[in-house]
Amino acid sequence: MADHDHDPHHEHGSELSETQLRVRALETILTEKGYVDPAALDAIVEAYETKVGPRNGAAVVARAWTDPAFKQALLKDATAAVATLGHVSPVGDHLVAVENTSGRHNMVVCTLCSCYPWEVLGLPPVWYKSAPYRSRAVKDPRGVLADFGVSLPKETEIRVWDSTAETRFLVLPTRPAGTEGWSEERLADLVTRDSMIGTGLARSPAEMPR
Amino acid sequence: MNGIHDMGGMDGFGKVEVEANEPPFHERWEGRVLAMQRALGYAGAWHIDDSRFSQEALPPQTYLAASYYWRWALGMQKNLIERGFVAADEIAAGHALRPAKPLPRKLTADVVQAGMTRSSFFRQQQAPARFKPGDRVRTMNIHPQTHTRLPRYARDKLGTVELIHGCHAFPDSVATDRGDDPQWLYTVVFDGCEIWGADADPTLKISIDAFEPYLELA
Repeated sequence: MADHDHDPHHEHGSELSETQLRVRALETILTEKGYVDPAALDAIVEAYETKVGPRNGAAVVARAWTDPAFKQALLKDATAAVATLGHVSPVGDHLVAVENTSGRHNMVVCTLCSCYPWEVLGLPPVWYKSAPYRSRAVKDPRGVLADFGVSLPKETEIRVWDSTAETRFLVLPTRPAGTEGWSEERLADLVTRDSMIGTGLARSPAEMPR
Repeated sequence: MNGIHDMGGMDGFGKVEVEANEPPFHERWEGRVLAMQRALGYAGAWHIDDSRFSQEALPPQTYLAASYYWRWALGMQKNLIERGFVAADEIAAGHALRPAKPLPRKLTADVVQAGMTRSSFFRQQQAPARFKPGDRVRTMNIHPQTHTRLPRYARDKLGTVELIHGCHAFPDSVATDRGDDPQWLYTVVFDGCEIWGADADPTLKISIDAFEPYLELA
């Protein structure tokens, strides 16, 4: 197959249509052979476009911020704890939640491919799967955080979790100050995708649109 | 294999570029590739580590030049051909030219949720765990030409076992068609300076999830 431009925004029309044609041909072959059902493919695409996303993870974090027993259960066995929240899609057996504290900041990467907790965060963004992030997160995490506009105190321990097996990591960000008494739903709006990867922090109430 | 995919610690790739309000897929074909991969995995065509290895084994210049889902498509096509599910002349023709090789099952629209639920990688233990949290361990200095999940930057390094995740299918064996070969899985944490030397950020700690054959007691 022909090489393909790295950045989808800089694809040339002809290359793009060639890619589309090749993928369509592959689907035709697999369908004719009976290996795949196009209706099932439609349903998978639709689910990732509409149902599976970081709202699921944000609900988990908001619950952990408001319910100490749930937080304890989450840190002990995230798979089991998340399963108790009926509205979140079922996660695999190997979810691990890691907590940010005043002394420690967690950040998740997959240097070897693109391992990411899909069920709670949806599909990973392009940057997570990109060479700059995969190469630098383990060596220069503060530099990576600076790319995200995040600066942490210089004494804060930075813990980078390289997802080298089927374990998946969800960062439990620190609850922002000034949110005492907030509902879970309101708190969930503060929980960004990046704060659950560890390349960001949860939003403060001041950052929210009025 | 010591491939281009093993990127941890490499320099020169530049700044992390974030796209605001990024959609799940940038082009329709990307979603089709993801869904076909998912469906073939459910059908039992191959294991996730076979998918990974097929991409790692792409020529480095192809790996770097390909967009993410195009890399998936290239790896999928490679596995389809190598495992006898599709022939090269069928790819060229854009149609099936001969009967299918049977697969254990098929992902149909009524079982899509099952196909999207991540399978478990827990396996029956073959022996008691050799290590426990707190043990000092050294990672092996291994350079297999086949699939491994021990990144280069973390080989022959001194670390501490922090967590035990149970007994899992062993990717190095799965991707060489040697079966699940269950192994204990541990989170092993290293000081930044053990990995990157004296100039490393003193506040940095890095962990990998390491299968037992990657480790020896220090």
